[in-house]
Amino acid sequence: MTRPSPSESTFPARNVGAWLLAAWLGFLILPWYIVESGFLSFGWLTDFVAQGPAALHGFAGAPWLLPLFLPLLAATWLSVRRHTRGLAIAGGLALAWMAVEGLAIAHFGWGFSWLAALMGTKGPVQPGMGWGAIVYALSMLMLVAADLAGRGWCKGDRFVVGSLLLVIATLVIFVAYPLVSILSSAVRDNSGNFAPALLRQKLFDSNIWGLGCLAGGRHCGVAWNTLFVAVLVGLFSTALGLALALIALRTRIRAKWLLRGLSILPIITPPFVIGLALILLFGRAGMVTELLSHHFGIPRSRWIYGVAGITMAQVLAFTPIAFLVLVGVLQGVSPSMEEASQTLRASRWRTFRTVTWPLIRPGLASAFLISFIESMADFANPLVIGGNYNVLSTDIFFAVVGAAHDQGRAAVLAIVLLFFTLAAFLIQRQWIGKRSYVTVGGKGDGGVPAPLPGGLRVGAYGIAVPWLVLTVVVYAVILIGGFVHQIGRDNTPTLHYFLTAFSVEKGVGGWFLSGSAWPSLTMTVTLALISMPFTAAIGLLTAYLLDRQRFAGRTAFEFLAMMSFAIPGTVVGISYILAFNVPPIQMTGTGLIIIISFVFRNMPVAIRAGLANLGQIDKSLDEASLTLGARSFATLRRVILPLMKPAIVTAMIYSFVRAMTAVSAVIFLATGRFNLATVYIVGRADVGEYGVAIVYAAVMIVLMMIILVGIQLLVGERSLGRRREGAEAMPIGA
Amino acid sequence: MSDGIAGTTGNAAPQPAVRFDAVVKRYGTVTAVDSVSFDIAQGTLVTLLGPSGCGKTTTLRLIAGLEQATEGRILIGGKDVTQLSAAERDVSMVFQSYALFPHMNVMENVSYGLKAMGLKKAEVESRAAAKLALVGLSGYEKRQPSELSGGQQQRVAVARAIVLEPQVLLFDEPLSNLDAKLRRRVRDEIRGLQQELALTVVYVTHDQEEALAVSDRIVVMNAARVAQDGTPRELYSAPNSRFVADFMGDANLIDVAVRRHNGPVAEVEAGSLRLSLPHRDIPVGAAAIAVRPHAIMLSTEAGASGGIKGVVVKSAYLGDHVEYTVKTSNPQAELFATDAGVDTILSAGTKVFVSFDLDKLVLVS
Repeated sequence: MTRPSPSESTFPARNVGAWLLAAWLGFLILPWYIVESGFLSFGWLTDFVAQGPAALHGFAGAPWLLPLFLPLLAATWLSVRRHTRGLAIAGGLALAWMAVEGLAIAHFGWGFSWLAALMGTKGPVQPGMGWGAIVYALSMLMLVAADLAGRGWCKGDRFVVGSLLLVIATLVIFVAYPLVSILSSAVRDNSGNFAPALLRQKLFDSNIWGLGCLAGGRHCGVAWNTLFVAVLVGLFSTALGLALALIALRTRIRAKWLLRGLSILPIITPPFVIGLALILLFGRAGMVTELLSHHFGIPRSRWIYGVAGITMAQVLAFTPIAFLVLVGVLQGVSPSMEEASQTLRASRWRTFRTVTWPLIRPGLASAFLISFIESMADFANPLVIGGNYNVLSTDIFFAVVGAAHDQGRAAVLAIVLLFFTLAAFLIQRQWIGKRSYVTVGGKGDGGVPAPLPGGLRVGAYGIAVPWLVLTVVVYAVILIGGFVHQIGRDNTPTLHYFLTAFSVEKGVGGWFLSGSAWPSLTMTVTLALISMPFTAAIGLLTAYLLDRQRFAGRTAFEFLAMMSFAIPGTVVGISYILAFNVPPIQMTGTGLIIIISFVFRNMPVAIRAGLANLGQIDKSLDEASLTLGARSFATLRRVILPLMKPAIVTAMIYSFVRAMTAVSAVIFLATGRFNLATVYIVGRADVGEYGVAIVYAAVMIVLMMIILVGIQLLVGERSLGRRREGAEAMPIGA
Repeated sequence: MSDGIAGTTGNAAPQPAVRFDAVVKRYGTVTAVDSVSFDIAQGTLVTLLGPSGCGKTTTLRLIAGLEQATEGRILIGGKDVTQLSAAERDVSMVFQSYALFPHMNVMENVSYGLKAMGLKKAEVESRAAAKLALVGLSGYEKRQPSELSGGQQQRVAVARAIVLEPQVLLFDEPLSNLDAKLRRRVRDEIRGLQQELALTVVYVTHDQEEALAVSDRIVVMNAARVAQDGTPRELYSAPNSRFVADFMGDANLIDVAVRRHNGPVAEVEAGSLRLSLPHRDIPVGAAAIAVRPHAIMLSTEAGASGGIKGVVVKSAYLGDHVEYTVKTSNPQAELFATDAGVDTILSAGTKVFVSFDLDKLVLVS
């Protein structure tokens, strides 16, 4: 009946032994560098010397790999003597040396120009890291974890310390390191030389900060352009979101359909689709333009291409997000407070003004900042409908893909954009987060929310109804537009566009997918499906660490994890190109980099779903399991995970759907072989093939709707629906 | 008086089941448990009692290994477990919320710990079934926790904890989620089970009546420290401080001056009141007497023993007794008294003479 005696557990022989074995494997057997022909083809076995492990490379032209042997030896000696203390030093040194040699020696010679200057040679070369390096580094990280756990970190729990280090390592490599690459590339000229003076010049360039438009000039700096649109979008979206939230929760309608519809729309709609629909409605040859010019003689103009179009498209796209934030806030205002006010003889209007409004004010600021961030980060709408009006996200793109191909300029623009979004994110978290009066997840008390005062109700309807009508029209255009010749002008139905994109033909070898959209669609679905479980796993693991464990630096860890929400997709895209185009980690042009960008872009959603779910699981359940002799991993597996099914499903769906609709980051990463649906659609729209673009977008929306509804039916309406609203309605970082 | 106190008996005392040796727990700058030491003898039920925030629950969690001590040593069964995690300690806990796993039925809940130990399926089932029978829940194996009443849920939690036959069983406010009538019954069940199986139990509560009813020994805690450690009787009749006197049942504390010691008694003075009480090593100078409400006698006429003058301020009839608030001017005090005589109720404003049952007065420092 006695439990394992503590002496057995002081030295985790099996754990350390297994990781040591893996480290030896990584060093002695597995190919240290990327295998061009692919690891799984096992061609490297036949050419073991040239494509072999670090141990061989060390004696054949890559002597900088030999020092990695020493920590391995030291760790082995420690474990033979049954010590964990010291493993952290050995592992830490190994990882540090890997970072140093990896960054210092690139595939074109010295990784730093000052090294080349110092040495006076081009320097040695090495390709990107391969499986051997990965396995070696991971094993060393876990040996560090064993030591730290032995010193009592995280209550001496190896599993917790190990997962924590693993999550931190991946965040550092895939979130922090790319951002640092942007900085480092901003301080260099295009040939890679260190040029800090150039940074100053680029950073304060009049193209970015110029105020020419105020003085009657044609253009203002792109930073001001972006800021202007973001503020407009923030204001309009918040106002509309509030009106809709008030209608949904505080009038007789209490419309379930409104709530549900609005919570689904922004998820399943690829972001640029709305811009596309607006062009078809209000563009020079658009439906409405046509109507006005035909019947009223109003001349055609290009007014929609620019601020007006971007703002309209983004307000249409982001109002649902503001709405969901405000619904959460409004639900958190206890009706009993409004009732208390009314029993104190306050009129409805006075109650709203003096009780409800002050309580939701922090929520309004939150909604504003979230819409602001989304607008800044939006790439596809400005691309499609922006015309000559430049914003930061599109400028970054054109700096890289355009004729200029100025990576330095792209990096500087990315820094400016990142500065804005991170500032908004910080304000949202640090300032408003602490001012929120609304109790989230507190005990609900009875009472009926006070109905809106008459004037406010009329006002809410007044702004919400036109918006709803426009939304319906936009979606109608998307769904119908691809099935007529030219919507507005020639409304005869046609399957031409649909067949171009999605035809299936019978050829010599049987049926095959001959439509032009199939390759990108199947590729997108494949990559999104692969990324789905990883996003859920790392997001939920992070949520578990944040919610259930106490450790030094927890706040910083949370910040790093949630920060990727505030990093615009274009910045992620450019940073991945800058960071992973060259060794030590070389991934551009592969499907892997797209999957990784999906995982870390969508991770905050999984974290939030996990946190919301964990908040409802009493901590005493974990503790009960621990006191019954189950360690934290067994507790996670047998108690927490079964209770987290709703969060797992939510995280999976969201990561899948968001991966399907993502465009801003992956437009940098997609290639001919790894083409993606959204990138393909943007490409079609860019060359004016609206028919195919619209049909493809409609198919995506319908496909995603089917997936959502299907999973909802499969998992059970109740648990999922409730969880999704909860997860999405939560403001950032709540 | 000393029955049940660990380590004070002369015969070769067995290892205490739990020993706290100057244990400190800090969260940042806040000290939740400040240099706490005590022993818990095997087979006894010891209660950690104190107001909320006094550190009693943290102490319990330190025993369980759910918190790690900042300083000091914790021994369980003579073995130093200070560095061990909860999963490695031979201790089980019954949680305030019961913490039954909602996705498992009763049987799965009870056998959880046995499975975590890696026992064979047949053995797991027979042991779990035996403990379920012990708490009177045979036949409920397939029920979900949500289908059970509060009392039944708690019995499942108890069965789940004792199935591992731990050296120490911990209870964290086990009665707080039950309604008043059920509380007494469950309290007696826990005490019965503890005595029947000779379990070592550490029990946390803030309710002094509950503590008095179930405990072999009570450790009263206040502000992160042990205020007093003794049998229920010692704590009630011989509190060592104003805090303990007041916390163990209501007590009126009257400031007094100890004039001199006279053999075993101290001569005590407060206004017109002069008393001779056992001095309990309290030195000459300022002190207080603790007067239990039922040790106060009220009378409308001056009796033989005199008494001090007072006025009834409030009276409340509670069926089997009457509660009075009486104001006295010399010494100036507001006394809370109970009287079992419900036939004559003194109304507010009645002038009374207050006298005390001297055997029930305690001098405290």
